[in-house]
Amino acid sequence: MRARVFVTLKPSVFDPQGTTVAEALHTLGYATVTDVRQGKYFELEIDARTPEEARRVAAEAADKLLANPVIESYRIEIDAGAGAAASAGVAR
Amino acid sequence: MKFAVVVFPGSNCDHDAYHAVKHVLGQDAVFVWHKETSLSGADVVILPGGFAHGDYLRTGAIARFSPIMQEVRRFADARGPVLGICNGFQVLLEAGLLPGAMLRNRSVRFQCEHVFVKVEQTDTPFTLGCRPGQVLKIPIAHGEGNYYAEPAVVERLERNRQVIFRYTTAAGAVTAEANPNGSVNNIAGLCSEARNVVGLMPHPERACELAIGSADGLVVLESAVASVTQRAVAAAR
Repeated sequence: MRARVFVTLKPSVFDPQGTTVAEALHTLGYATVTDVRQGKYFELEIDARTPEEARRVAAEAADKLLANPVIESYRIEIDAGAGAAASAGVAR
Repeated sequence: MKFAVVVFPGSNCDHDAYHAVKHVLGQDAVFVWHKETSLSGADVVILPGGFAHGDYLRTGAIARFSPIMQEVRRFADARGPVLGICNGFQVLLEAGLLPGAMLRNRSVRFQCEHVFVKVEQTDTPFTLGCRPGQVLKIPIAHGEGNYYAEPAVVERLERNRQVIFRYTTAAGAVTAEANPNGSVNNIAGLCSEARNVVGLMPHPERACELAIGSADGLVVLESAVASVTQRAVAAAR
């Protein structure tokens, strides 16, 4: 099963890289881009029986390592594979 | 007196620290590989600068899992003096031995230059030889030294006098222009609540000889020697 973990700086934390990217986009003429926040993306292949189990493992990994709770927060998406994804979709 | 210099894969200021301790200060120094489980009976522990584990994930994030870090934590818990310099400071933050985290420099550049830092407190093992308010000229060399902690944490650090070094002008004025990286409250270095663990972004070990531009950093290492001597005298009584 695949877990996708998105780690981003907390809204209250200034993001110098995102600001620099936004300025570059403005230089390119993208005046409608009003803000950029840069983050990290992880794909975890997890040997789990259920999406819930995969989510629990991914959350633990994010808490302990992938994100630094002082400055970052995270969001998890579970992709249970083609067949399982369909049933998970129904369950949702 | 023995200093242990911990070496992670990617440490690159380990020899600077070793040289300053051994050849400038005339004290015993040993390298301790990160996979070791003993600090070889050292009196002082230095986590040096560099890019431990390539700074992968976040600066210091992987180094905190190195076997030697359990021993460093035990040493720190027993009030042993621990100094984290630059990447060593980042490792201490990730390991939770000091509060807060580092963000990318406000300039989004790696900054390598001499700066001025004011010694805010002299009751730590690494500043007890300083004059209160003494301004040191020592170099920085980092891309992620923009210290951040939540406002409540920063307030607690200030109240407990845990801010040990602050970026200032040569005259000791805390100004926005003197802040090279955007650190909150111009914070350049901190100590733990028990005051024996100190981390700072500037490199005192690279400023121990006038031949290389400044000897202002030597007092930090000399303080450690005085501190260990004082502890030994107090223990003998």
